[in-house]
Amino acid sequence: MHSIYNFVSGPLAWLAFILFIGGCLYRLISLMVLVHRKEKFIYSYMSLKYSLRSIFRWSTPFATENMRRHPALTIVAFAFHICLILTPLFLLAHVTLIEESWNLSWWTLPEGLAEIMTLIVVAACVFFLVRRLVNPEVRYVTSVSDYILLAIVAAPFITGFLVYYQWFGYQTLLILHILSGEVMLVAIPFTRLSHMLFAPLTRAYMGSEFGGVRHARDW
Amino acid sequence: MTEAAVKEEKKITDEGLEVGVQNLTAERIQKVINRVLKGESGARLKAYVDTCVHCGLCSEACHYYLSHDKDPQYSPVGKVKQTLWKMLKARGNVSADFIKRASEIASTECNACKRCAMYCPFGIDIAYMMLTVRRICHLLGVTPLYIQDTAHSHAVTMNQMWIKDDEWIDTLQWQEEEAQAEIPTLRIPLEREGADIMYSVIGPEPKFQAQLLYQAAVIMDVAGVDWTMPATPGWDNSDMAMYTGDNEIMGRVKRAHFETAARLRVNRIVMGECGHAFRSVYDMGNRWLGWRMPPIPIVHAIDFYYELIQNKKITITEKFKEPVTLHDPCNVIRGGGLAEKARYVVNAICEELIEMHPNREHNYCCCAGGGVINCGPPYKMTRMDGNRIKAEQLFAAKSRGAKILIAPCHNCHSGLEDINHHYGLGYEIKFISDILYEVMDKPA
Repeated sequence: MHSIYNFVSGPLAWLAFILFIGGCLYRLISLMVLVHRKEKFIYSYMSLKYSLRSIFRWSTPFATENMRRHPALTIVAFAFHICLILTPLFLLAHVTLIEESWNLSWWTLPEGLAEIMTLIVVAACVFFLVRRLVNPEVRYVTSVSDYILLAIVAAPFITGFLVYYQWFGYQTLLILHILSGEVMLVAIPFTRLSHMLFAPLTRAYMGSEFGGVRHARDW
Repeated sequence: MTEAAVKEEKKITDEGLEVGVQNLTAERIQKVINRVLKGESGARLKAYVDTCVHCGLCSEACHYYLSHDKDPQYSPVGKVKQTLWKMLKARGNVSADFIKRASEIASTECNACKRCAMYCPFGIDIAYMMLTVRRICHLLGVTPLYIQDTAHSHAVTMNQMWIKDDEWIDTLQWQEEEAQAEIPTLRIPLEREGADIMYSVIGPEPKFQAQLLYQAAVIMDVAGVDWTMPATPGWDNSDMAMYTGDNEIMGRVKRAHFETAARLRVNRIVMGECGHAFRSVYDMGNRWLGWRMPPIPIVHAIDFYYELIQNKKITITEKFKEPVTLHDPCNVIRGGGLAEKARYVVNAICEELIEMHPNREHNYCCCAGGGVINCGPPYKMTRMDGNRIKAEQLFAAKSRGAKILIAPCHNCHSGLEDINHHYGLGYEIKFISDILYEVMDKPA
């Protein structure tokens, strides 16, 4: 058990981070190369002002027509993404690990809050799952990969929660938790989770087109 | 005894598609799909396909989806799934029947109005993906017959309606003579080099809406505009090749148009009340030719009327009495930002504007644009069934008192005329120029 733990928290963690960061860079750079090679004109339409206008507008809850049409989804989606990103970064247990290894540390979330945020992520995943199963327009475009992605995202939070309470099989769960976190990291650049990288770019391009050329709102 | 009412599954027969698919082989399909998806397309298509998280949030943007009781097959992403996703997944290894259906979806079940681009949280341009599908179908020779005929007309005559060079000049001189009965000094100046403005129209105006040329001539004359029209091919700003995916012909047609304006050394091109032509000269055609923005400034009729009224070049005798409602055409409102100027003009010439809802960028499409009405009679019911939501929207405006429907775009105009009759809405549909001509001060 100990050797598995050492493996997943050691070499495998390094590998996951290298694949995550390297993969993200690879995806972004190869997209830029593609733009440069075939659609250079895109650069000439990009406008910082309208890119930011669009990104800011779509990062503000209920600032767009479609968000107002789907209030529940809007709340869930915002809460989900905020908690998804902040919880692992500012979790006491994670920061403590980093501190022990590298003597680096930063502000952490109160434990009770982190717990709630974890539950929000899990609950949001359930919401997305139900939405996929129940809404005909979502179900129609859902493939197996969409369920797998949802599971990949939910797994680190479910296992993390169980580890925190040390309910059963602490060692096994901890290993599963680390593993699932690593899977998620690696999945980000190589699956549709890459919208983390690309959404700001597509948003910026559409914002620039609408603002600079079409002189119209894109929300 | 009466038979039970069975809703018959309408089978559309389109010769362009039927004959087109007979010439397909598996190798050819695969080669063309890969040529377009791997060769011609680039980062945009890749980012759009990879970024889409299949959330379905674009659905409610689409009038086809809303009009078909939220049938997911008609949602924007649903149409991408049925076409592009399958092509990508199968690496181009799809059947001839698949191509036929893909052509039908992309050409007649999407107006490329880009409303969905405003509903996608990531700003994915689904219309662009549908146009990419049309491009594939074009290269495979599987395009609906009527619009293909129009594209042929562009290729042969540089105009949309097979109008011969002398017929064009003849029509202008005929309208000039007609208008001289009203204003004896009026001219439609042909080939006047160095004029400030070249006025351009779409093929259907000389073909069967010559009164629009008359009205434009009167407006120009009264406003004292320094204008001209070309007597050569290149006068037509319309472009159905843009909508069939025949980018090469689109480029030829646009080049002829811009070069004609350059030859006449005009400062600006003013165009009539047409939406798709605006898209072609302002968005797609110019880009294909390598111009970031049009090489010669393009002024849409709405913008031009705004300028004339604001500068008091045109004054209004008495405003139009009957309450009007205004349809916002996608290509000039969502595509050209003329929403407020359109309202300025309509309020300047009409007593009462009753807004339909939603409006401006969020207005529902006419279901005729994007080349769909140009796919001809086989698809009329596709347009009628596919835009019940428009009828409901128009009916609501009517119930609040609107009598006249202003549609400052040719495709919208014709499409809404069909909706109006099919759903028995009882509107009278007008261009802005119909009303402007009627209410403006003219020499006695």
